[in-house]
Amino acid sequence: MLGKLSWAAIPLDQPIPLLAGCLAFGIVGGIAVYVVLKGWAPYLWREWITSVDHKHIGVMYVFLAMVMLLRGFTDAIMMRSQQALAFQAPGYLPPEHYDQIFSAHGTLMILFVAMPFMIGLINIVVPLQLGVRDVAFPTLNSVSFWLTATGALLINLSLVIGEFAHTGWLPYPPLSEFAYSPGVGVDYYLWSLQISGVGTLLTGVNFVTTILKIRAPGMTYMRMPIFCWTALGSSLLIVAAFPILTATLAMLLLDRYFGFHFFTNEAGGNPMMFMNLIWAWGHPEVYILILPAFGVFSEVVSTFSGKPLFGYRSMVAATMAICILAFMVWLHHFFTMGAGADVNAFFGVATMIIAVPTGVKVFNWLFTMYGGRITYPPPMMWAIGFIVTFVIGGMTGVLLAVPPADFVLHNSLFLVAHFHNVVIGGVLFGAFAGYTFWFPKAFGFRLREDLGIAAFWCWFVGFYLAFMPLYVLGFMGMTRRMQHYDVPAWHPWLLVAAAGVVVILAGIGLQIAQLVVSVRHREQLRDTTGDPWNGRSLEWSTSSPPPAFNFAALPRIEEDDAYWQTKQRALRQHVLADEPAYTDIELPRNSATGFVSAFFASFLGFALIWHIWWLAALSFLGAFVTFVAFAWRDRTEYRVSAEEVARIDRENRRARRAALAHLGAAE
Amino acid sequence: MSNHTTKSRLQSSASSTRRFSVVDLFKGWRRFIAARLTAFAVRCYGLLSLLVLTGCEPGILPANGVIGKGDTTILIDSLAIMLAIVVPTIVATLAFAWWFRSSNSSARRRPDLIYSGQIEMVTWSIPLMTIMLLGGVAWIGSHQLDPAQPLPSNEAPLKVQVVSLDWKWLFIYPDHNIATVNHLVIPAGAPVHFTLTSSSVMNAFFIPKLGSMIYTMNRMATQLYLNADQPGTFLGMSSHFSGDGFATMGFKVEALPKDGFSAWVEETRKGAATTLTSQTYQDLAKQSMNVAPFAYSAVEPDLFDKVVKQSLPPGPGPVVETSPGASKRGKK
Repeated sequence: MLGKLSWAAIPLDQPIPLLAGCLAFGIVGGIAVYVVLKGWAPYLWREWITSVDHKHIGVMYVFLAMVMLLRGFTDAIMMRSQQALAFQAPGYLPPEHYDQIFSAHGTLMILFVAMPFMIGLINIVVPLQLGVRDVAFPTLNSVSFWLTATGALLINLSLVIGEFAHTGWLPYPPLSEFAYSPGVGVDYYLWSLQISGVGTLLTGVNFVTTILKIRAPGMTYMRMPIFCWTALGSSLLIVAAFPILTATLAMLLLDRYFGFHFFTNEAGGNPMMFMNLIWAWGHPEVYILILPAFGVFSEVVSTFSGKPLFGYRSMVAATMAICILAFMVWLHHFFTMGAGADVNAFFGVATMIIAVPTGVKVFNWLFTMYGGRITYPPPMMWAIGFIVTFVIGGMTGVLLAVPPADFVLHNSLFLVAHFHNVVIGGVLFGAFAGYTFWFPKAFGFRLREDLGIAAFWCWFVGFYLAFMPLYVLGFMGMTRRMQHYDVPAWHPWLLVAAAGVVVILAGIGLQIAQLVVSVRHREQLRDTTGDPWNGRSLEWSTSSPPPAFNFAALPRIEEDDAYWQTKQRALRQHVLADEPAYTDIELPRNSATGFVSAFFASFLGFALIWHIWWLAALSFLGAFVTFVAFAWRDRTEYRVSAEEVARIDRENRRARRAALAHLGAAE
Repeated sequence: MSNHTTKSRLQSSASSTRRFSVVDLFKGWRRFIAARLTAFAVRCYGLLSLLVLTGCEPGILPANGVIGKGDTTILIDSLAIMLAIVVPTIVATLAFAWWFRSSNSSARRRPDLIYSGQIEMVTWSIPLMTIMLLGGVAWIGSHQLDPAQPLPSNEAPLKVQVVSLDWKWLFIYPDHNIATVNHLVIPAGAPVHFTLTSSSVMNAFFIPKLGSMIYTMNRMATQLYLNADQPGTFLGMSSHFSGDGFATMGFKVEALPKDGFSAWVEETRKGAATTLTSQTYQDLAKQSMNVAPFAYSAVEPDLFDKVVKQSLPPGPGPVVETSPGASKRGKK
């Protein structure tokens, strides 16, 4: 009846995951009860859960990423404290628990923190920057988000029901095969990623279509803000790379569920094929994450230097070059497999070539700053912190691309330091820069800057404290994923790294404080004009938060830096552009399709993990019926009347006129 | 670094052990001590726990052996080449960020500097030229230091067959017909040819002091040539995660002077009369952690080939569970 599921699946003898799980579910349940009691449930259902508005979906993506960041960071604290304690001692985490923690940490941080954060920012910003009303497939967008949430839910469920993978964030066979990992941990991993992977692929399809086919009149490719270009690059990579992931994991699933032999030791299976395939996805994946971050920094550096981006065409070329090169370097993840000198050398050099377009980007940001008038609110602080940190991470990455150097550093803590250096210093700093930069746009009020800058310094210092010792430990021969160790020389460095995590914790605390304090003082921090940073691209030309239809009339783009030029004209002539002729606007109706299909997908995943076949069949049927019901819908859109559009737009124009008059008086 | 200098360095270090010098007097004394210590260690295998690893040298620097030195030389050269670009970039970032702050009235603002052919030329050329230089280093380096390439030496390399098991290391000396577990002994100064496989899951064989690591994989044999220039005791480990017992896969590497090594071989042959046969191998292949080092005085012929060809079945992995959550607990 319940497949492999029994009471034994609940780790009653392991207090840490059990308490953590109970705490997490208690908090979530408590919030749910509070929301219902307060009578907010209908609002939540109408405006968020069933919303197909790209801005709301984007906010939910970022929210999911932040919650998962807390979970992943908790794992990080546990790993660092374990290694600080486990010198010639067992520490407090037994290997079977420690192994699950680092596996969950990597999986969560890459796929459920970095990915949703970047996709969230893309969702919020790209349609606004393109000057359009929504993405190409709004309901599909909602499905994408909810399937990602399903994946996150399943991974967190493994905390209290069963176990998570013991295999590392990429489950290399034969270790991940049934013979060596008979528990449900690897199945949790596989089904979470399969389900959320579908969501991510759909997001990629959605944004490729949106950026290629739906842009405001006059928004030619070479007039698109650079963030749109990087979002396009990232989406193209998703479309090209995620099917590889799905196919690879499907083969491993066939091995585990039906005794196939794709990657087994026996019967002609070849584990090396898994490594090639998983990295053929895995390496483009890191560029899926970093490209949008590059886009954020380009927007931020240009805005706060008061200059257009230096070398826009170079930036576009560099972005697209990285897109292509991303697929040509996967073998550098296993130089030590013994492929031979020619193969290793080829992939080493191919990897280094990626440093060329990346280096060009760094220099272009430098020359964007050169001759600028730079101000330092939190987004710009993150950007400067990024450039300094990322060039170090890039350098150590190129170092690892030199095969003989990799032969002694592969899998060491040097490698761990390197990828945290680029993922924290690049992706996460980019995510935070984007979060602080576009927060006023999404919510209509700014975040407190003092707390934001304090949080930045904690993260910045904490990062160096936590990860520079790991570089040293790599030189000292310490490999990754050690549950305990006996080498005295390693111990002091691990203590320093643990101290660094505490400083980062302070940074996260300050970020939470920043959010809470800003929400409480939102009236003082209100962004009335919709252009709090003196921005350059179209998202700043509409109100904050933008109305459901984004733009009362679709903007007509006649030059680069569309909004900046319009704004300069208004400033010169001391009048706003003429009021457009308002018309009725049709918008997509809300749809519960995403939520309901993800609801069934959650049960489907759970049932497949535990071999509860009847439930799997039932939930699959449920998901299919949901899809059919959606496909047969009669009414897809609703109409916002011209009067309503005019009323909303005039309110924003009034605020802008006041700001203009204020500026005029100041002159 | 040119091809020629590497070759010559490889040769000089390989031949340095055969030239007589005053140093050899000290070496003789050290050999004596080392041989005694080894003999003592052989007798005390049972008492040696992993704590012994505490005394092993762990880091990759300073390297011992031509491969280790080659790897780390390329590592440091590459680092130096890149630092020459990276440090000025960081300095320029901070300098621009500081000088062009909005409150600096003496900064010259150039809001229209958005394109410059000359600057673009430079921004593409600098990384391109750096990468061309570094790419050359990588290309030459990966050919000269290919793990499967024999070391230039006048003497035949010592053959060692390595099997990674769950969760310990088996070292077979086919020329001497002995084997050890979690304890690798090699002669200093002579090249060693490792042929490696795995009984079950993947691992990586890594002795940081001696240089390059290589994966061990079931049903495959990888090749690795290393040497130790100087006698010493080093840390060896698995550097590829292989399951719950992974952290206990450290092993002790002893590079002994040549006669010390021969003495050790003799000791081992005369030691406890245990033979590594197909049967004992299959017992050994079962999962276990914290295995204290021990030795086999004899080895069944072609055992390694049987492991590679799977005439002997792969390691069995965990005992099949009755309850699904069990792998989370149990197994200690």
